[in-house]
Amino acid sequence: MSATVGVVVFPGTNCEFDSADAVRLLGAEPRMLWHQNRTVGDVDAVIVPGGFAHGDYLRPGAIARFSPVMEAVAEFAASGGPVVGICNGFQVLTEAGLLPGALQKNAGLKFVCAPAALRVETTSTVLTRDASVGDILNIPVNHFEGNYTCSPETLAELRSDDRIVLRYVDNPNGSVDDIAGICNAQRNVVGLMPHPERATSALLGSTDGLVLLGSLLAAATV
Amino acid sequence: MSEPVHRALGLTDDEARQIDEILGRPANHLELAMYSVMWSEHCSYKSSRIHLKRLPTEAPWVLVGPGENAGVIDVGDGIAVAIRIESHNHPSAIEPYQGAATGAGGILRDIFTMGARPIALMDPLRFGPLDDPRSRWIAEGVVSGISGYGNSVGVPTVGGEVVFDPTYQGNPLVNVLCVGVLPVERLVLGQASGVGNLAVLLGSSTGRDGIGGVSVLASAGFDDADTDKRPSVQVGDPFEEKRLIEACLELLDAGLVVGIQDLGGAGLTCATSETASRGGVGMDVDVSAVPRREAGMEAFEVMTSESQERMLAIVEPEGLEAVLAICDRWEVRAAVVGTVTAGPGGSDGGRLRIVDAEAGVLADVPAASLHDAAPLYDRPRHAPTGFNEDTRTGPVTNPATSCDDPAADLLALLCDPSWVFRQYDHQLFLNTVVGPGGDGTLLRLRHPDTGADTGRALGLTTDGNHRWCAVDPRVGTALIVAEAMLNLAVVGASPLALVNCLNFGNPEHPEVMWQLSESVDGMADACTAFGVPVVGGNVSLYNESNGVDIDPTPVIGLLGMVDDLTVPPPGPRLTDGGRLVVIGPAPQRELAGSAWAASKGQRGGGLPSLDFGVHADVARTVAQLIGGDMVLGAHDVGEGGLGVTVAEMVAHSGVGATVARVSDHVDLFSESPSRVVVCVDPERLTAVLNVCEAAGVETTRIGVAGGDRLAVKGLVDVSVADVVAAWRGRLPGALGHGTTQG
Repeated sequence: MSATVGVVVFPGTNCEFDSADAVRLLGAEPRMLWHQNRTVGDVDAVIVPGGFAHGDYLRPGAIARFSPVMEAVAEFAASGGPVVGICNGFQVLTEAGLLPGALQKNAGLKFVCAPAALRVETTSTVLTRDASVGDILNIPVNHFEGNYTCSPETLAELRSDDRIVLRYVDNPNGSVDDIAGICNAQRNVVGLMPHPERATSALLGSTDGLVLLGSLLAAATV
Repeated sequence: MSEPVHRALGLTDDEARQIDEILGRPANHLELAMYSVMWSEHCSYKSSRIHLKRLPTEAPWVLVGPGENAGVIDVGDGIAVAIRIESHNHPSAIEPYQGAATGAGGILRDIFTMGARPIALMDPLRFGPLDDPRSRWIAEGVVSGISGYGNSVGVPTVGGEVVFDPTYQGNPLVNVLCVGVLPVERLVLGQASGVGNLAVLLGSSTGRDGIGGVSVLASAGFDDADTDKRPSVQVGDPFEEKRLIEACLELLDAGLVVGIQDLGGAGLTCATSETASRGGVGMDVDVSAVPRREAGMEAFEVMTSESQERMLAIVEPEGLEAVLAICDRWEVRAAVVGTVTAGPGGSDGGRLRIVDAEAGVLADVPAASLHDAAPLYDRPRHAPTGFNEDTRTGPVTNPATSCDDPAADLLALLCDPSWVFRQYDHQLFLNTVVGPGGDGTLLRLRHPDTGADTGRALGLTTDGNHRWCAVDPRVGTALIVAEAMLNLAVVGASPLALVNCLNFGNPEHPEVMWQLSESVDGMADACTAFGVPVVGGNVSLYNESNGVDIDPTPVIGLLGMVDDLTVPPPGPRLTDGGRLVVIGPAPQRELAGSAWAASKGQRGGGLPSLDFGVHADVARTVAQLIGGDMVLGAHDVGEGGLGVTVAEMVAHSGVGATVARVSDHVDLFSESPSRVVVCVDPERLTAVLNVCEAAGVETTRIGVAGGDRLAVKGLVDVSVADVVAAWRGRLPGALGHGTTQG
């Protein structure tokens, strides 16, 4: 039986179609979850995709965290369900308190859309279980506020608990400790700034996103 | 009051008289305001229409030609493509961020008005020189505005151009092109029909921003004191636009709208009168029902406001509830503001009546007269002094004959545009096979409803060259069309349709009208010869500052098709050991209009000539080689000539090249047309040459790729590192490290 993956859609989300395409490509079934929904239904995993939820007004994710669907996503995560926030979705998850830290404006104060080389730092998460530590993945970034920051205590904890999932080989945005993605303590919620759904076709330049999204689907059907 | 109202609104005395004749009585203030915006140069094309008629517009695949919100062509597989290009020059000169942002917003609405989902934006940008602080401020603001709006609204910006030249110092050019896809059967036109149907205004409330934008701002020249025109620039809200796009596409999918029209230039006046006159009906508009941003707005302000992110949908009364429900879901404001009324029949069409719940009828005009009766001018035109129309040459200023340091001149012409396009999301929707920075853009063509890949791809490019057109606008424009064809050829695409954005100076100057007329003829010649229909266009006049016109700058957007996309095109790359071959005729020994000549302050002369037949053969052959995966790299020869072409290939790949058979700087920098440099695996060289020979296309073997130097025998010998540094460093070195806004 193939997995069903909920794709959260806020007004202003724009990567929902691309995320759904990638899910379909991997043989699973995407299901759009409108932000007003009070439940995620019987999905096996949740993607909070990229975009500009509520226009990123005030600050990315600051309004989206109050959408009813986010309570449902938090419950789903608390019950162990795999949740991945990509780009704006990562920002939403930090605002919602599902992941620590925050994403601030890029060093250089410019939007950056470019390929990025990522190093896999741990495989004990729902996003990296099928990858190998040390793998270098070529996956694009596309953001203005991707500069990850957190308190020194949180950073120490992320390091000691092996919760830094992906690091940039060549840091494009000033993130502390070159962090591109992290996970929660239970390792079932992952946030990352790069877009694995954009690295799913050789014609488009990379297929390195498949191992990440494939991991998510594998985690979803456990 | 010293000045009559009509003159303050930008209408001439003759135009005011004509309006009174149409109405059979003196027009009131509101009516004059409505005519002034609709009869503005920007909306009515009153100076250019007479010339635009000469462009070829027909082909079997054209579904909608010029005159609608966008051109639409049938690309097969049940898919239609909508395409349009627009200018937002003057707003961007005054307020770069918002000017550029609202330019993107406006053209997106033109595309989804046709029922298409916008899938790509492109931005041909032209600014003053990099050493001018104000030009740098404008460039940074414009790029930020495109980035801020385009990325947020969720439409990728997949290409464009960026040019810096003194001719744009007081008047930058910010053009924007948009492409959308739709299932053929969903095509909708912006027309009202069905007496009793309702006109529903969707989106933002109406404010005092952009009042008279088309007449005051877009249809007159600039001088230094014109920052007081700032209130005529609108402010964009990409989040509102994103919701509006989704709501409108859902309304169209549900079959709930009879017609739909965006509100752009001339606002509600344009949208109501256009939908009514296209449908041969009338409309009563209740101005008091229009949601407003502020109290105390006059009727003329409501009717001419250019507040952004608004659409007018014509819906049947029984469908209203469903329409409001969809709008509510997307948090899009919707208000019934009008009713479709009967036309009296005959040619007169219906009346556009502006009413107020309390004050009664405020304006009552024949709807069609706002468009069809607009003045048509055949303005005086003559060639610039000294231009010989028989030999097509003009006087040469500062004739430079020698070239002391070809290597230095070559490096000075290199410029990597990635500083600009890294700020644009160019990958959304997973279609971008070749993004910005190459010759042409290539997008996978997928079905707009199902997402199913057709295995085919759309090629896109924008092109302009003011230097060529300043020398000879007719040949120059034909050369631009030719260059665009080669940009498509190197990504394997063949052309299907063209749109143009004609950026010219003050039409009241006879030389400018001559440039416009000649440019249209050059475009018509090339399009006819190449079998490419013109499906839409935009004319931007009064591009002048302090009385000096910009160089004529027609910009074209060319859409093409790759019928079988199996491998990505190789791009402008070199591979170690690859053989370098020029496909196309030997260069004409002519530097007039070239980037090198301009760098020496030289203007005038006569352009290289273009042989349409030879050119079409070259383009077809190159597309065939790319499609067959027969070459390792390809780059067409354009601005900067063969020297810049090879240097850019070196810069893109970090691989050197050794080139011979370039006799002097004329051969190195000539922008003689119809040439493409390819890098070929030695083992496939014979096969490639055979393909060319069979097509009757000339080839010249010029050298070999490899090593860590770019050497052109007897002329240039520089390290690859120096080439890369010069190319990559130009923009980051000049443009700031902070944005002006956003």
